[in-house]
Amino acid sequence: MGYLDGFKVTFKQMFGPRVTNRYPDVKRPKPLRFHGRHVLNRYEDGMEKCIGCELCAGVCPARCIYVRGADNPPDAPVSPGERYGFVYEINYLRCIHCDLCVEACPTEAITESKLFEFSFTNRDDAIYTRDELLVDDEGMPRKQPWEDWRPGDEKHTSAWVRATSPSGAASYEGRPAWSGELGFGVRPPEQGQSDFEGAPAEPAAAEIAPPPTRDDKGG
Amino acid sequence: MGDPLYANGVDLAVVLIVALKALVTFVFLLVSVLMMVWFERKVISDMQSRVGPDRAGPWGILQTLADGTKLFFKEDLLPEQADRKIFHLAPYLSAVPAFAAFAVVPIGGTISIAGHTTYLQLADPPVGVLFLLAMSSIAVYGVMLAGWSSGSKYPLLGSVRASAQMVSYEAAMGLSVAAAVLAAASLSTHDIVSSQSTWNWNLWALGGVPFVIYLIAATAETNRPPFDLVEAEQELVGGFHTEYAGIRFALFFLAEFMNTITVSAVAVTLFFGGPSGPHISFLPTLWPIVWFFSKLVCFLFAYVWFRATLPRFRYDQLMDLGWKRLIPLSLFWLLLIASLRVARDRAWNVYLVMGAAAAVFLIGYLTLNAALRVGQRLTDDEASGAADTSDIDSDVQAQKAGV
Repeated sequence: MGYLDGFKVTFKQMFGPRVTNRYPDVKRPKPLRFHGRHVLNRYEDGMEKCIGCELCAGVCPARCIYVRGADNPPDAPVSPGERYGFVYEINYLRCIHCDLCVEACPTEAITESKLFEFSFTNRDDAIYTRDELLVDDEGMPRKQPWEDWRPGDEKHTSAWVRATSPSGAASYEGRPAWSGELGFGVRPPEQGQSDFEGAPAEPAAAEIAPPPTRDDKGG
Repeated sequence: MGDPLYANGVDLAVVLIVALKALVTFVFLLVSVLMMVWFERKVISDMQSRVGPDRAGPWGILQTLADGTKLFFKEDLLPEQADRKIFHLAPYLSAVPAFAAFAVVPIGGTISIAGHTTYLQLADPPVGVLFLLAMSSIAVYGVMLAGWSSGSKYPLLGSVRASAQMVSYEAAMGLSVAAAVLAAASLSTHDIVSSQSTWNWNLWALGGVPFVIYLIAATAETNRPPFDLVEAEQELVGGFHTEYAGIRFALFFLAEFMNTITVSAVAVTLFFGGPSGPHISFLPTLWPIVWFFSKLVCFLFAYVWFRATLPRFRYDQLMDLGWKRLIPLSLFWLLLIASLRVARDRAWNVYLVMGAAAAVFLIGYLTLNAALRVGQRLTDDEASGAADTSDIDSDVQAQKAGV
């Protein structure tokens, strides 16, 4: 057929399968380390994890995080530490989702969800404030009006590698592990390391271990 | 001959009928452009394993309407260097001929409205085919003036290429159309259609070659792939309509797709018997229209298929194909058909005529090839002569020889 072979190829393609993902209707499962927007986590008792140390702001290569710490009010402490982040803003017009803030955070206050579908229409909406970033009482991100979620999207959280053992649990095996939790409560990263198999299951609220020795509210 | 509508003089009813037909043709073309854009996008995405537009309306059928509405509300930009009047005029020079050309295409048999019998075509002038050719020539002005009046170099380059291409292929197209005119012995599109019967189309009567030439030339004429280097987006940023936006761009877009529909309809008329087809006694007015549209859709599908399959031509390949292949071949074929007709009329020996034609073809082919070889040699000499005088080139050659 020579010149006309190409016509056969294109004609056959018409009856072949489609490679298109029907995106807004059907979403592909996101990769384990998918970096979405941040959440500010809280402890189980409602205390904020952020201590206003500004390490995240310091490490941010895009300079998109603005944090100001303040001393906890003695009668109504916000975080269990001495200080808390009383201003916490992330500018999502600048954020590159590198996850360095998550790695820098000493208290796991900031983690990333897998939510990425926002279409804000002004710059004010693009800057997420502390109230917008903080998880709600269920430990789930708060839906902003300009965000597009399907039911269940908020339960996914971005996993990150943690090589240290901030809680100092003895069972830590010195192996980097996935920590996939979202919301309040410190889940020791060492948990289940010995029988760790691939990706962590979705953390159910009951699985989350109680915060060890940190229920002394405030400083 | 001519439309029986005017046989008994022109009164108000006749004027109204013509106005109605004009309106129907206009609306039909607009709707068919909407459908054509959607059809093309759907079919080509099928051929590329994609889904294509499927958001607006069922199967995305309203996608073009949505796009058109968007274009309508976009800002109408006018470049500072532009020649204002011509810049505003050019889109209409492109779109109006596309509309007008369809007026002479018969899309069905005859109908009776209020006691008047009329053809299902807007107009049947005795020079219908010439009118078609004239309209396609005027469309070149739209493209040329659009590029020139933009006051920018990319559109200018695009329009120069476009007008060169359209003018070149118009010659081949005209000659292949002339073959169909010879077969029907009339310039009226209605007569050309009625000279072909249900299956005895001009396609067979003319030996197929004029049709193939017409198909290629029409593809080039409408700037469709694989001859779309006029608006090659990768090279010319859209070609002649780079500076156009909003509704004026939409007019070019409209004209392009309307031209595709028109040349397909003309191909159906000239070579595929137009609305002729198997006669079915149930609803006899309807079936010719159905046959016409079935043939039309086959053509439109073929154009989309070309686009999905063939890579774009290079400019010199395009010109070579047009001037060195299509024009000589269509000229020869026209002469062959003419001499066969004369032979039939005067009862000459057909085999003798064919033999003479073959001899003429051979001589012509050899002469053309010899001329092309001489031209190629001259070009090569120029190129190698330039290489000899250049120190850098000879250095490179020496290096190559050393390696």
